[in-house]
Formats: sequence, structure tokens, C-alpha cells
Amino acid sequence: MNHLAIAPVLIPLLTGIVLLLGTGRPLALQRSISFLSIVLQLIVAMFLISGSFNGAITVYALGNWTPPFGIVLVVDRLSALMLLTTAVLAFFSLWYAVRGNDKPADSLHSVVHFLLMGINGAFLTGDLFNLFVFFEVLLLASYTLLLHGGGAARIKSGLHYVLLNLAGSSLFLLSAAMLYSVTGTLNMADMALKVAHASPEQTPLLTAGALLLLVVFGLKAAMVPLYFWLPRAYASASAPVAAMFCIMTKIGLYAIIRVYSLIFGNDAGELANVAHPFLWPLALITLALGATGALAARELRLQIAYLVVVSVGTLLAGIALNTSAALSATLYYLMHSTWVCAALFLLADIIMHQRGATADRIITGPAVRQAVMLGSLFFIASAAIIGMPPLSGFVGKLMILSAADSEQHTFWLWTLLLLSSFVMIIALSRSGSTIFWRTENRTAKADKADPGALLAVIGMLSLTLVLSLAGEPAIRFSQALANQVMTPSLYINAVLGHQIKGDDPTARGQDDE
Amino acid sequence: MEIIMAIVIAVLTSCGVYLLLRGRTFAIILGLTLLTYGVNLFLFVSGRLNPDSSTIIGVGQQYTDPLPQALVLTAIVISFAMTAFVLILALRARAELGNDHVDGQYNGEDLKP
Repeated sequence: MNHLAIAPVLIPLLTGIVLLLGTGRPLALQRSISFLSIVLQLIVAMFLISGSFNGAITVYALGNWTPPFGIVLVVDRLSALMLLTTAVLAFFSLWYAVRGNDKPADSLHSVVHFLLMGINGAFLTGDLFNLFVFFEVLLLASYTLLLHGGGAARIKSGLHYVLLNLAGSSLFLLSAAMLYSVTGTLNMADMALKVAHASPEQTPLLTAGALLLLVVFGLKAAMVPLYFWLPRAYASASAPVAAMFCIMTKIGLYAIIRVYSLIFGNDAGELANVAHPFLWPLALITLALGATGALAARELRLQIAYLVVVSVGTLLAGIALNTSAALSATLYYLMHSTWVCAALFLLADIIMHQRGATADRIITGPAVRQAVMLGSLFFIASAAIIGMPPLSGFVGKLMILSAADSEQHTFWLWTLLLLSSFVMIIALSRSGSTIFWRTENRTAKADKADPGALLAVIGMLSLTLVLSLAGEPAIRFSQALANQVMTPSLYINAVLGHQIKGDDPTARGQDDE
Repeated sequence: MEIIMAIVIAVLTSCGVYLLLRGRTFAIILGLTLLTYGVNLFLFVSGRLNPDSSTIIGVGQQYTDPLPQALVLTAIVISFAMTAFVLILALRARAELGNDHVDGQYNGEDLKP
């Protein structure tokens, strides 16, 4: 059996434990262990994604239990892509953190790795209850990270975040119990088969379970009306943490894609596409409200947090269209928006430190020390997130727009997506011109940005150029991915047809008796 | 048996939801605790109620579904840890913000005892 599939869970777990034991050791040692580990995870993610190029679905049965018994980890194209997106994001965030932006550093690094363990596990698992457990792992780590550094603002927004997510976890358990009580299984592939052949008297309970799950994932993904916790929480988190959190909303989106294409997808009989009628209007409202929030924000980091909400709305719209072309565009845009939003958070942190007491408020203040450098970076990042050519945001948005199939879809999507892009132009040009041009006649007393930290931001931003220059292979991969996701039978057959090596059927027969 | 179970879960859940909607952190934490009790019971009975069957395979003719018992154990452990965490967080918020309202400030009548 190929053990590489479990490495994305084991590496961060072991690193986290080692770092926890090493508390109090020299900072340089902790930072290098943390950074080496993320490099290793990046390499593993690259191996996994190259292994999924030919469409192979790797199934890893923990404890050698034949599916559907026991827990399985599944690496298909979707999981591999999400793992790579996370690893790249974590690589640059930690790079920024180890350049002196991780104070108090003792606690940060180990918790980041526990967070990565939860995230990677959630992407890999093929079991609904195990998904809940990994959600809890990543949530507990994220609670700690959000409060990292302390302060009244963090405590306040952290309290909202924690309480909302605890209520969300209870709902997740309720829906998992409902689905289990009807289907008698928690393995997602097996559940998909049972749901497809559900009898009419089972449908109401299954529908209730499916829609409760949508509430849970909507809370994680920051979908209207469950996004109110996000802007304040992200704006008050420390920079590397805020950058890492850019993947958190995408976990909710991943879970929506996985559950509503595999279990309640096109092949689910009476329950086919049960969530999609809700997703479409909610996606558009999220988009509109996010853009409005970005326009109204008075602090740069709050504005960026609202841009995260806008990207969630865009992605949800792509998912709600429920075609292969739309899903392919969605996943391309998902990579782009995760990386660019994270780069913006890091950049906002550097800008904030050079403006003295004005911090990140969008008002006239002292000039930033490295105005040309930071100004150009801010311009590039804004252009990317708005979706200007030649950067990847343009390609992604164009693909989503052209994926709208019916007239009604086209009308609403084109109107709202283009309007929200326009609103984003206004909002970002206002904050950019206020921060860099409409300044007082003095420069704040601040050190220059650490070149290493600046390089991390530049590196993350250059990914948007890479995504658009290497657009053809990236889009080809995302199309293959979308086709694989839209054909749930591939996943189901791979999981349920999985054979345990060295498993003697006669010996197993004796075991059963 | 089913009726009693259903009533217990319903009462726990509705009390939990009511307390969850209050403005002070103490009431909310109590609400969350009650809600998780309700949810755990719900999870437990998702394997059906079988009063006469054994929990150990081989003892009786019928045995109960073992999976929900494993699930509910996991859920109890997780919710216990989460309650401990949120309790400490609420105490910290009380210390930092000076009061125990979720928004960090008193405004309005909803806080009258």
C-alpha cells in the first residue's frame, strides 16, 4: 500500500508535537523545524498531485479494514489540488512568520502545524464522521491562532467565532446522526449509493440531514447569512494567521463540492442536487454584500476580509451552476483567490507597520517609508483580486462568466459579478490613493520592511502571474478535475472496490464466524 | 421508550437554543452544554433503541449497533474539550473587556436580570 496518502496528516502532527515539546528552546531552532516541515509537506503535496494527473484515485484504508468499514483516506484530483493550495499558502505564510513576524513565537508554530493537520485531514478523508473530527481539530487550532497575541479586539471577535462554530459543530453532529440513522453508514461513497436507492419514506429525513449539512458548511464557508463572524475576526488576527485563514473558508467550499457532488449529486435519485436551489441565490447575495462591505470598510484589513467574502460568493456561484465547465472555473479561481487574499493580508501588515499610529485605517496619515515598493505591490495585488488582465483573476472570472448556461443565470451572474468587480475597483483605488498619495508631509518613524518578509509577499503574488502564464496546463487540470468530480461513480467504485493487499478471503471468512 | 427519548432530546435542545440566544457568555456556555447533551443523545439513538439486545457480541441473539456508541464517545470527548476552552475564553473576555456580554459592552435592556 502506498503510504504517501497519510503523510499530509502525519507530518504536521509529528511536527506539532515536536515543537510543543521544544517550547522554550531557541527560537531559531523552532523556526527551522517549522519551516523544514512545511517544505516537506509541499513536496508531498506535489507528489500527490502528480500522482493524480492520470486520474488515479488512491484509497488508503486505515487499519486495513475493507471499505465501507473503517475509515478511508482518498486522494483524487480535488483533494490533491486542495492539499497543494494549502501547502503553498502555508509555505509563504510561515516564510513571512519566521522573518520575525511570529511573536510570541513559542506558541505559534506548533499550533499552525496542528491546524495544517486538521485541514489536510479534512481534504483527504472519505468518512463523514471523520470529517467532523478533522473539522474540530482545525477549529480548535484556529481558535488558538485567532487569539494569538492577545488584546481586547481579538478576544471579542474570537469569542464570536468560537461560539458560532461550537453551535455549528452541534449541527454537524445532528446531520451526521440523521444521515447515519437512515443509511446505516458514514463512508461517503457507501452513503452515496444508499442515498441513490433511498425509499420515498426515507427522503424527508435525508433531505433534512442534507440541508442541515449545508448550514454547517455555509457557516465555515462564510455564506450569507452566516458570514458576520468573518470580517472582524480576520481583521483582528495577526498577519500570518490571517493569511493562513484564507484557506478556512475554502474548506467549507470544498466540503460543499464534495458532499453535494458525491452524495447528493446528479446521480442521487430523488435527492439529486438538493442544495443547489439554495446555493444560487445565497451565492449572489454573498457576492453583493461582500462588495458593499469592502466599499464601506474604514480599515485596510477589514476591507481585505470583505474581499474574502466576495471571493466566497463568486466561488459559490460557480458551484451552484453545477456544470463541469463552471466547476473547473471555480477551482481555478479558488487557487487564485486564496493566494492573492493571503498576499494582501501580509502586505497590509507591512504597510500598517510603516504608518505609525495611523495603522491600517484608510485616512490621511504619514507617508509609508517604502512607498514605491509597497505601492506597486499593492497595485498588482489589487489588480489581481479585482480581476484585471493579464493576471489570473481575469482568467478565472472570465471562465466563470462564460460558464453561465441559461439566460437567467447569465443575467444575474454577469450583472452582479461585473458590478462587484467595479465596486472593488472603487474601494481599492480609494484605499490605495489615500494610503500612498494623500499623505501628510512626513514619513512615520519606522524600520524598513524585512527583505525576507517582503520576498514572501512577492513570491505569493508572483503565483498569480504563474497561474495566468501557465494557464493552459492549469485549466486542463482543473477541467479534468471537474469531470472527475462530476462523475461520482469513479470515486464510489474506487473506494468500494478497494482491495486490501495480503487479504486472504478464506481467512476473513473464518474471522466473521 | 421512543416517546420519552424524543421528549428528553427536544427539551434539552430547545433549552439549549434558548440559552444560546442570550446576551451573556455564561448563559451561552450553559446553552451550548445543554445543546451538546441533546445532540449526543440524538447521536446515540441514531442506531435505534433496542432495549432487549446485548452490547457484547456473542452474549445474546441480538446485539445493538456498536457504531453510534463509538461516535457518541468521540463527540463527548470533543465537546468536553471545547467547553473547557470556551469557558477559559469567556473568563479571559470578562477580564479584558470588563463585562460578560458577548459584544463586550452593555447597551439596552436585554441584560436586565
